[in-house]
Amino acid sequence: MALQSLDIARRSATTTPAPGVRETAKVAKLIDVSTCIGCKACQVACMEWNDLRDEVGSCAGVYDNPVDLTAKSWTVMRYAEVEEKGRLEWLIRKDGCMHCADPGCLKACPAPGAIVQYANGIVDFHQENCIGCGYCVTGCPFNIPRLSKEDSKAYKCSLCSDRVAVGQAPACVKTCPTGAIQFGSKEQMKDVADKRIKDLKERGYAQAGLYDPPGVGGTHVMYVLHHADRPELYQGLPNDPSISPLVSLWKGFAKPLATLALAGVALGSLFHYVTKGPNEVSKELENELEKEDAK
Amino acid sequence: MIRNPKDLQRYTASERANHWVVGISFILLALSGLAFFHPAFFPLAQLFGGGVWARILHPFLGVLMAISFLAIFFRFKALNVMTPADKEWLNRVGEMVDGNDHNMPEQGKYNGGQKMMFWALAVCMLLLAVSGIVLWRAYFSFPVELVRFGAVIHAAAAAVMIALIMVHIYAAIWVKGTIRAMWYGTVTRAWAKQHHRAWYRQVTGK
Ligand code: HEM
Ligand code: SF4
Ligand code: SF4
Repeated sequence: MALQSLDIARRSATTTPAPGVRETAKVAKLIDVSTCIGCKACQVACMEWNDLRDEVGSCAGVYDNPVDLTAKSWTVMRYAEVEEKGRLEWLIRKDGCMHCADPGCLKACPAPGAIVQYANGIVDFHQENCIGCGYCVTGCPFNIPRLSKEDSKAYKCSLCSDRVAVGQAPACVKTCPTGAIQFGSKEQMKDVADKRIKDLKERGYAQAGLYDPPGVGGTHVMYVLHHADRPELYQGLPNDPSISPLVSLWKGFAKPLATLALAGVALGSLFHYVTKGPNEVSKELENELEKEDAK
Repeated sequence: MIRNPKDLQRYTASERANHWVVGISFILLALSGLAFFHPAFFPLAQLFGGGVWARILHPFLGVLMAISFLAIFFRFKALNVMTPADKEWLNRVGEMVDGNDHNMPEQGKYNGGQKMMFWALAVCMLLLAVSGIVLWRAYFSFPVELVRFGAVIHAAAAAVMIALIMVHIYAAIWVKGTIRAMWYGTVTRAWAKQHHRAWYRQVTGK
């Protein structure tokens, strides 16, 4: 087994098992929405570390800037103003790839090795293998990957896999001034979340909870939400997301069956020919016509 | 082979050329499309210069096929209207497949099977063209639920169409004296009399 800093547990469009003898601890990033002040330091740190400079856009009238994820903006802050019990609440969520344990992007990708899942749980895009079809966009339940207009490759947050590989926390975690983003083993992050949720509950947020949606096998980016019963309040964070049944149908057992059926038609034709023989023009008819001609 | 002046003209040069454009673009579409269909077929992308080229070329080939298919569709539509004799033929298709076609009902230019093939292919082509546009991320952007639906339709219609075309090609190989109709457009009178007797009578007046 090659010595690599992060072991690959799953690889897109690959039907054989990945090397799996080494056990690696699962990592997670915990975003405590209730501690985030919306300063966007994480957005800047992401650009900085990943060397990305998105085009300077224009103000859309709200704090959201850029207004959406792009091939060059792998994380964006989303701001929602909601009224709860007669009080205004400013809910701010750091959006980006959730690093699903059961990633729809990887399931949909037709290019071998364009999307990998490391043994520690990080889902990473390897652009050198990407063919630019956008199937990952179709497969993702969180609307995360973006196709670049410049090079037609898909991009998204890598959870700073390069940093994690050498024992560093992601750049956004490192930079957050309030400690709203934390990084560690998934178990550890769940413990941290538990304490925080208890605290929030004591402070009147009875529905506070952890967002680690089981529909996608849990995620390696988790949120602490004050309103965990209504994640959609946070600018449309999906409630109980899972890989769409259409994507499972498209990428599931139907295709191997269709492949077998096609092989069956091809072989069936061959054996029909071999057993029944060709359908020749009858000699009788030919002779008959020749006789007519001779007259 | 010396061609007999008494051979019957089945296809004009322009019909044949049209059919070859459809056929070639279909084969290229099937090979490039299968590359994305299942990992087992991904190596087919090498025929097009790699995965990225296959992804770029496939939809343009699709447009070429859709346009040339539409032309062929209008050329042959009227000849493929189903008649009671076709239904009778289809009911007894088992005998035909068994290699015993002596008692099959008399057929015009196309038999019931060919007509079914024509309409089934037309439906597949329509589904593939519409869903193909929905999947074409380089130039179009549709709501994701629609794209997911389109992906299922495109993959299913492609699998059905590939199976139909395999049957179509095999039928031409199986029935001797057929393929020349697509090379130079003529068939022998005996061929026509055996397989499409009503058409034979219509063109020879016998
Ligand atoms: C107007 C016609 C067509 C258009 C616009 C079209 C477009 C597309 C597009 C955009 C894709 C996604 C990959 C890519 O971006 O290149 C695709 C996939 C595919 N196409 Fe087509 N296509 C057309 C016709 C056909 C036909 C006639 C076939 C028949 C064999 C076919 C077979 C496939 C297959 C098997 C896939 C892979 C589906 C999957 O991933 O499950 N396409 N097509
Ligand atoms: S665009 Fe997405 S699905 Fe397509 S090859 Fe690239 S990573 Fe895979
Ligand atoms: S959030 Fe989307 S892009 Fe990220 S791992 Fe999950 S399916 Fe893939």
